[in-house]
Amino acid sequence: MNKEVLSLVLSRLLIALITLVIVSFAVFTATSLLPGDTASILLGQAATPEAVAGLRKAMHLDDPAFLRFIYWMGGLLSGDLGTSYANNMPVADLISGRFANSMKLAGITALFAVPIALTLGITAAMVRGSLYDRAVTVFTIGVISVPEFMIATLAVMFFAVYLQWLPAISFTNEVHTITDIVRVYAMPVITLTFGVSAQMIRMTRAAVVETLNTPYAEMALLKGASRSRIVLKHALPNALGPIVNAIALSLSYLLGGVIIVETIFNYPGIAKLMVDAVATRDLPLIQSCAMIFCVGYLILITTADIIAILANPRLR
Amino acid sequence: MTDLRTTNWTRADDAVVECAIRRGATRRELLQMLLAGGVAMSAGGVIVGRATKAIAATPVTGGHLKAAGFTSSTADTLDPAKASNSTDYSRCSAVYSRLSNLDRSGAVEMELAESIESTDGKVWTVKLRKGVTFHDGKQLTSADVIYSLKRHLDPNVGSKVNAIAKQMTGFKALDDLTLEITLADANADLPTILALQHFMIVAEGTADFSKGNGTGPFVLENFEPGVRSLMRRNDHYWKSKGPFVDSFEFFAISDDSSRVNALLSGDIHVAAAINPRSERLVEGRPGFVLSKSSANSYTNLNMRLDATPGQNSDFVAGMKHLVNREQILRAALRGRGEIGNDQPIFPGNPYRNDDLKSKPYDPEKAKFYFNKAGVLGQSIPVIASEAANSAIDMAMIVQAAGAEIGMKLDVQRVPSDGYWDKYWLKAPIHFGNINYRPTPDILFSLLYASGAPWNESHYKSDKFDKMLIEARGSLDQEKRKAIYNEMQVMIADEAGTIIPAYLTGIDAITDKLKGMETNPLGGMMGYRMAEHVWFES
Repeated sequence: MNKEVLSLVLSRLLIALITLVIVSFAVFTATSLLPGDTASILLGQAATPEAVAGLRKAMHLDDPAFLRFIYWMGGLLSGDLGTSYANNMPVADLISGRFANSMKLAGITALFAVPIALTLGITAAMVRGSLYDRAVTVFTIGVISVPEFMIATLAVMFFAVYLQWLPAISFTNEVHTITDIVRVYAMPVITLTFGVSAQMIRMTRAAVVETLNTPYAEMALLKGASRSRIVLKHALPNALGPIVNAIALSLSYLLGGVIIVETIFNYPGIAKLMVDAVATRDLPLIQSCAMIFCVGYLILITTADIIAILANPRLR
Repeated sequence: MTDLRTTNWTRADDAVVECAIRRGATRRELLQMLLAGGVAMSAGGVIVGRATKAIAATPVTGGHLKAAGFTSSTADTLDPAKASNSTDYSRCSAVYSRLSNLDRSGAVEMELAESIESTDGKVWTVKLRKGVTFHDGKQLTSADVIYSLKRHLDPNVGSKVNAIAKQMTGFKALDDLTLEITLADANADLPTILALQHFMIVAEGTADFSKGNGTGPFVLENFEPGVRSLMRRNDHYWKSKGPFVDSFEFFAISDDSSRVNALLSGDIHVAAAINPRSERLVEGRPGFVLSKSSANSYTNLNMRLDATPGQNSDFVAGMKHLVNREQILRAALRGRGEIGNDQPIFPGNPYRNDDLKSKPYDPEKAKFYFNKAGVLGQSIPVIASEAANSAIDMAMIVQAAGAEIGMKLDVQRVPSDGYWDKYWLKAPIHFGNINYRPTPDILFSLLYASGAPWNESHYKSDKFDKMLIEARGSLDQEKRKAIYNEMQVMIADEAGTIIPAYLTGIDAITDKLKGMETNPLGGMMGYRMAEHVWFES
């Protein structure tokens, strides 16, 4: 790796770090602005003004915002996510199982969506204008336009209610064998793959088509290289940057944006955990979830950028 | 079934008859009811026979019961004092027991207590059942009961029934199985109050509730707040009968159509509290039935009597005549409920004043009152939110009625999130949503006494307060009933709350599940279904 590449990568990492600090501040400010008071929500109908005041004091809710931010950041940096307001359990315990579930769902979806998207996107670009290309385009536009809840509901109606092949909801606790995994994950993964890969297919196709129009691709063609060689050897390395970015953007959605899928299949992931936390004004939990989403997003985007830098033939 | 067939007899009629039987209607009452509906006596007998047979079958043991509620979050708890929704109630009712309970007609039955008695309504003696053990093997003693009840008084516990528990001022263990509870003022309702979900009994000294160590029908296996709870049958349960299922799994599916789909696909056996749209989906399908509970909540329109325009009693009177109760019941609630008469005692309650008629829908009279109050032509804000069931639909119906007589009601729709904190009890005109409470005393002290914490219309009456205390201390049933009847008339006429209808809850279940009854304490058999239902073999 040469110096130029190294400095580019390092500066990219630095930007990610600065972004993280800004984001943490934004998360803290935004959650502090939520209407409603945790103390009175926790106490419910039995709340007397004295009880609320006492609880507020015990929870440090009366401290100035700046001090609370310092406490919070200190805790985060030392790996302490705090204690949930709603049930006094450590936030880390509450999150860990749900986070693992979300990662499993995201991982399995990526396992299917990425290869499918790349294959369809690249092959469509290779035979641009053909019937196959048009079929792929129409299909992807169709899928993008149908909202996720619709796909999920239709899948449930068909596979669970009418055919009774698959369960209507995902019981993650019942996973013991390969068959269980298929039964539990099939429908959420199908739903997510539809939404996520449609985006990736379109962006991959566009990136490859663009590089195929460049002079060096034309040159390769004139030299008599085969179609697959042009695409794989000449076009793809140059299109890798945008493709990896497209993948990263699509996958980042799997971290926090799957709330509809989690709701419909009752899948205990982290997105639903955060929605719960907002409803109970459980600030430590909301903040931790928000930070996890931000960190995940930053990791994906930064990785994509670094891969793009490394893959750029001009910098090699 | 015999070949005696009735004409135009539908499934809905079947449900009505079954519901009436569950409520405790006698055979004679039912036949009268059927006759009134134009069904011949002979056919009527067949129908009643069929409906009673459906209830009186012999329970079978075994099976894994999976049920889905509608709300769950990380705030889910196993601490009965903090339990706050149907999911908590269902879970806690499975692992803990209470001293007394309410049967399907709302009458008190003894559970852990053998008797709860008093001569003056002030000092109560509770005798406990012998030989009851907690899941960890410890014997139940009076110390456990005193500990469980005293917890509600400790502000640090954050008990949901602190306000009700406050009247218990003294506790004394007479021996291992007998204790004495002293009240601040006489209250004849104590046995009913102790039937509330929150007064379930935990072992003395329990501080960590994650184990769910109780004397209930099920032993806790696994509990993940916001995800699910799993329980297996308690083989040492103190009742000789039940539970019948081997294990009970409870979780919530918040999305209504997902919940119904899970039921239809056979993943769960009970889908609690389904909405009217899904009701039709289930009704037409073989293999599933709807289990209707008695009216157990209401959504009401509140006008603060200490703020404009509610200050003007003519405005309040006008509004009471502007509310078209029939239309609300038919359109907003799709017929799932009973017409309300502006007071909080639910239909079926022995203290309900059935002679008190609801105000008729009369736009002309409303217009007269609005004119008198001088509000016609003004735009009056009405706050509504999804947070209170069907409130938005109700608001629209009242708004439309107002528009016809030139009364401009400006319906402001606000988000559910934060509604109870920001608008309820605060906005001059707003909607509320109240769940079933078993006694008039609880409802009146909670909602209409001058110092009531949830006095929705800020109603104040010294006479009312005095009557409340008088009725509370009276052990004479007839006298109490008379006082409560008059108080209901006072609320309907003087308070600023309009209760257009009482809402019925509907749970959808698979027809393989038997033994499901209604209970006034709430849906899913007052949240105690797991103990009583069984699977058809």
